[in-house]
Amino acid sequence: MHADGPLTESTELRMDQLTTESAAAPAADTAAVFTTQGLEVYYGDFRAVRDVDLTIRQHEITAFIGPSGCGKTTVLRCFNRMNDLIDTARVKGSIRYHGVDLYDPQVNAVEVRRRIGMVFQKPNPFPKSIYDNVAYGPRLAGIKKRTELDAVVERSLHGAALWDEVKGRLKASGLSLSGGQQQRLCIARAIAVEPEVILMDEPCSALDPIATARIEDLMQEIKQQYTIVIVTHNMQQAARVSDRTAFFTTEVNPESDRRTGRMVEFGRTSKMFSKPDDERTEQYVTGRFG
Amino acid sequence: MAVTMNTRASTQAAVRGGLVSGKRDVKGILFASATLACLLLALLMLVLLMWEVVSQAIPVFDRRGFSFLTGELGSNPDEVGVSQGLWGSLIIAVFVIGLSFPIGIAAGVYLEEYAKPTRFTRFIQLNIRNLAGIPSVVYGILGLVVFVQGIKFFTGGRSIIAAGITLAILVLPIIIITTTEAIRAVPAGLREAGMGVGATRWESTRDHVLPYAAPGILTGTMLAIARALGEAAPLILIGAITGALRSAPGQGLVDKLQGKFTAMPIVIYGWSNEVNKPGKETGLTFTDLTSAAIVVLLVMVLLLNVAAILLRNRFEKGRQG
Repeated sequence: MHADGPLTESTELRMDQLTTESAAAPAADTAAVFTTQGLEVYYGDFRAVRDVDLTIRQHEITAFIGPSGCGKTTVLRCFNRMNDLIDTARVKGSIRYHGVDLYDPQVNAVEVRRRIGMVFQKPNPFPKSIYDNVAYGPRLAGIKKRTELDAVVERSLHGAALWDEVKGRLKASGLSLSGGQQQRLCIARAIAVEPEVILMDEPCSALDPIATARIEDLMQEIKQQYTIVIVTHNMQQAARVSDRTAFFTTEVNPESDRRTGRMVEFGRTSKMFSKPDDERTEQYVTGRFG
Repeated sequence: MAVTMNTRASTQAAVRGGLVSGKRDVKGILFASATLACLLLALLMLVLLMWEVVSQAIPVFDRRGFSFLTGELGSNPDEVGVSQGLWGSLIIAVFVIGLSFPIGIAAGVYLEEYAKPTRFTRFIQLNIRNLAGIPSVVYGILGLVVFVQGIKFFTGGRSIIAAGITLAILVLPIIIITTTEAIRAVPAGLREAGMGVGATRWESTRDHVLPYAAPGILTGTMLAIARALGEAAPLILIGAITGALRSAPGQGLVDKLQGKFTAMPIVIYGWSNEVNKPGKETGLTFTDLTSAAIVVLLVMVLLLNVAAILLRNRFEKGRQG
């Protein structure tokens, strides 16, 4: 699928325009993992975000961009029911994971989170050893044999490009690592339970440019095995790493005078950053507001 | 060259003049001195108190030695000792540790981790705070009515069981409040990290929230034990013995727990009311014995605190990973 290599934006665009209903489209759509329809999230009576209609596809990186307060993190946290931890949060509309309604009362949020991992804005390793950080999820899932755990830990740390830096000190505290290493440890912890999807909530906002570049490279590597959704404040980052982009903005509700987030446009990143359909998207990506 | 050197030197002089002069912060110095004076005053009071008590207590330990710890209540200052008070206070500590620690910590966990933040929950939390402020005599009346008279078949009436349960309930609000506060201080990221890899609410509480909150919870339990060991008023209402307390030989543990009792604060209270006549052999008065009993109680609380601090340090090390 990706064998044809990284297409430049212009070729991809031209091909999009030229091929009408052809099979020669640059990258055929992969299977849908999440589909949302008319998704709205409320905190109590306050509608935090609305109009979220998007499809997240397998082995792609989908970026959520938009100004502060537009609800992108709120939407991200619906995908693994992390919003359940906030007592007042409610969801309207549908959000389907392989066709299954995630908010069906029979769906177990714990099972959802085992399949859909998360990396948070601030690196948050457990105050435990590097080994125990990575082994925590697998242990919960019932892996008890030391040899098996050792293998999972090594594989996950390799996967997060951290193994070479920490292999000699797996017993050291996860908190003794640098910020960028901590965030990669959190990625290792997330992939240790072999999720299908990894949600990343501004994973680089607390990191310096070098650590950021490492995480971005890592995302490109692991997207072969996982589906990634990333929230970012950094438009260049979205442009660099993502296959598709959803743009959110805030608008003031004239009745209540409160700001509500709203998804404006969703499409291929190349198109969103060069020829978006919506004027607001264009203004945002060209830096004229936000 | 010389000119630039000169200008550089003059600039330096001018900057230095601006930096070193300026108004002294007189109000700040006054404020700092005032706070220091208050601290010293508080310390002075403590030192005076300790001096007064310890200096009177030293002759007692000197002349009576170990027999002061093993002796029983009575009227002869040459023979009496604190053994029954120590035993009573120890049992009270056991009741507090065995009853109010698990119940209080569990209640705190429920309020913070499970209870939905409804108006009812807030009402309950407010009332727990109020309970912590209720005078201890009121708990004594509760103990008298409910535990001494109400469930006499179990407590045996005016017994150490009734006293232990009463004091355990007295300190329950302290433990609940410190537990909820310690849990509230747990970073949200820690809980989310656990649940993000598929931990249930219970697993995340067990593996992350409670270990992180443990030092704070321990501080609360420390305060609670010190409070329970120092309370006299509820024990007086429940009917602790201040005069002679003869322990019958061959008593079983149950008989002992259900029988007449005393505790360290009651021993101190009782002796401070005794006739102040020096003993024939040792020359010690009940005033001296009172001071010695106070020292024994202080050491007991101190030992429990040291144990709690050691435990807390271990948990805090765990927090750093």
